[in-house]
Amino acid sequence: MVSEHQTTFDETIAADEKIEPRDWMPDAYRNTLIRQIAQHAHSEVIGMQPEGNWITRAPTLLRKAILIAKVQDEAGHGLYLYSAAETLGVSRDELQEMLHSGRHKYSSIFNYPTLSWADIGVIGWLVDGAAIVNQIMLQGASYGPYARAMVRICKEESFHARQGYAILMTLAKGTDEQRQMLQDAVDRWWWPALMMFGPHDSESTHTEQSMDWKIKRMSNDDLRQLYVDQTVPQGEYLGITFPDPDLHFDEESGHWRFGEIDWDEFWAVVTGDGPMNRERVAHKKKAWEDGAWVREAATAYAVKHAAETAKVA
Amino acid sequence: MTDGANAALVEVLLRHADDNTILGQRLGEYISSAPELEEDLAIANGALDHIGVAMHLYEYAAEIAGGDASVDGYSMRRNEREFTNALIVEQPNTDFAHIVARSFLFGVYQKLLWEQLSRSSDERLAGIAARALKEATYHVTHARRWVVRLGDGTPESHARMQTAIDEMWRFTSELFEQPDIDSVLIESGVVFDITRERAKWDAAVDDALEEATLVRPEDPYQATGGRLGRHTEHLGHLLAEMQWLQRTYPGASW
Ligand SMILES: [Fe+2]
Ligand SMILES: [Fe+2]
Repeated sequence: MVSEHQTTFDETIAADEKIEPRDWMPDAYRNTLIRQIAQHAHSEVIGMQPEGNWITRAPTLLRKAILIAKVQDEAGHGLYLYSAAETLGVSRDELQEMLHSGRHKYSSIFNYPTLSWADIGVIGWLVDGAAIVNQIMLQGASYGPYARAMVRICKEESFHARQGYAILMTLAKGTDEQRQMLQDAVDRWWWPALMMFGPHDSESTHTEQSMDWKIKRMSNDDLRQLYVDQTVPQGEYLGITFPDPDLHFDEESGHWRFGEIDWDEFWAVVTGDGPMNRERVAHKKKAWEDGAWVREAATAYAVKHAAETAKVA
Repeated sequence: MTDGANAALVEVLLRHADDNTILGQRLGEYISSAPELEEDLAIANGALDHIGVAMHLYEYAAEIAGGDASVDGYSMRRNEREFTNALIVEQPNTDFAHIVARSFLFGVYQKLLWEQLSRSSDERLAGIAARALKEATYHVTHARRWVVRLGDGTPESHARMQTAIDEMWRFTSELFEQPDIDSVLIESGVVFDITRERAKWDAAVDDALEEATLVRPEDPYQATGGRLGRHTEHLGHLLAEMQWLQRTYPGASW
C-alpha cells in the first residue's frame, strides 16, 4: 500500500515541483541526497588543495589575487553545500568525519597533482568547465535547497572557467616553453576531466533511481558528450591537441566522438589509489587536528561568557 | 614635486606595498590549513585585501618612477635587500596563534597608518589609504576577537597565544620608525609623523591583552632593519618561492 505521504511526494516530483526540508520524503531519497550533496561539498573543499598549491607561486600579484579569490569561492561553495546537507538532518561535523575516515568520497579529479602553473589554467577551463555542465543540470534537481545552491554556485564557476581560460590564452600566445607547459597540462588533465562524469550509464548503479527522483536530470554519458562537444572547439582555439587519437567530429550526428576512457585508472583512483588520494585526506585531517585547540578555545570562551552574561541578567 | 620628493614618495609607497605583499603572501600560504572553513575564508579575505592594496601602491610608485618600473617588476624581480617591509610581516605561520598575533599587532599599526594617510595632501595616496582603512578596520576587529578568545579560552590556547605575542613583540617597535627620507614629505603634508601614533597603538594593544587575560611582554630587545632591507632569514625563502616562476622564465608574460 502506498502511503499518503508517498503519494504527495510522487506527485510533487511528477509536477516538477521542489521537495523542501520540512516535506516528507522517502528515507532512500534523503540518504541519496545526503551522500551526493556531502560528496559535492567535500569536493569543493578538497579542491582547495591542488589550486592552493600554486597560490604562493602565482606568477604575478594579479594572478595570485584571482587564484586566492577562486580558492575562497570554493571554500564558500563547501560551506553552502554543507548547509544544504544539514537541512536533511546531518551535522557538518558528522560529514567531516565521514570524509576523514574515507567513508565519503569526493571528486576523483582532485587526486591528481598540480605540477605547473598551466595546471591552474587547465583546472579552471576543464575542471570547472565540467563542474558547470554537471551543475547546470543540477539546478533542476528536485530538492529545493540543493537546486538553489547550484544556481548561486554556477555563477561563480563560470567566472572560474573564464579566468582559467584567460591564463591559457596568455600561455598560448607566449614563449615556446609556455606553450609546452600548456600542452603538457592538457595531456595530463583531459582524461581525468572526462572521468568526472562517472562510469558509463550501463555501469552506474545510482543513475536510474536518481533520474526517477529528478535529482539527476541527465545521464553520465549524455553529460560527458555535451561537455566534449563544447570543449573541443575551445581547445582548438587555444591551438592545443587532445591526447586522444580517436577524437573526431562525426558529421552525421554532429558530435565529437572520443576514445575509450581507461576505466582501470578510474576505479583505482575512486577506490583510493590515485597519485594524491592519501595526501589530500591527510592534509585535511592534519588541518582539522592542528586546529582542535582553536575550536576548543572558541567553545570554552563562549561557554564562559555565556555564563557571565546570564549572571548579570 | 621636486625630484627629491618624488624619490621619497616612491620609497614610501614601496615600503607600504612591500608590507602588504609579504603579509598577503604569508596568509596565502595558510589557505586550506585553517582550523575551520570559515577561517580559511577569513584568511583568504585578508590575503586578498593586502595584495590588492599592494598592487595599487606599486602601480602608483611605477607611474612616478617611470621607465620600465611596474607592479610585476617591483613584486617579482626585486631582491631581498631591496624589499623594505617591516620584519613582522615576514615571520612564519608557526601556528594559528602566531598568525593571529602577527595580524593583530601589525593590523593595529596599519589602521593608524591608513588613518593618517587618508588625510594626505596627495589625493591618490589618500584615496588608496581610505579604502585600505576600511579593510584594516575589519582585519583588526577579526584578529582582536581571536586574541581575546584564545587568550581567555582554554589553558592551552592561553599559553599558545601568550607565546605568540611574546615572539612577535620584538618586531613591533620597528613599525614606528620614521626613515629620514620622509621628512621632505612630512613638510608638504603627504605623509605624517608615525611616531606620534605609538601611544594609541599601546593603548589599543594593552586593552586587547587585558581583555584576553594576557600579559604585555617586557622583552627589551627590539629588532630593526626591515626598512633598510636588512631582514630576518625568512624573507629570502619567501621570495624564492614567490618569485620562482618569473625568475625561471625571464621575459615571459603571464
Ligand atoms: Fe566550486
Ligand atoms: Fe570553481
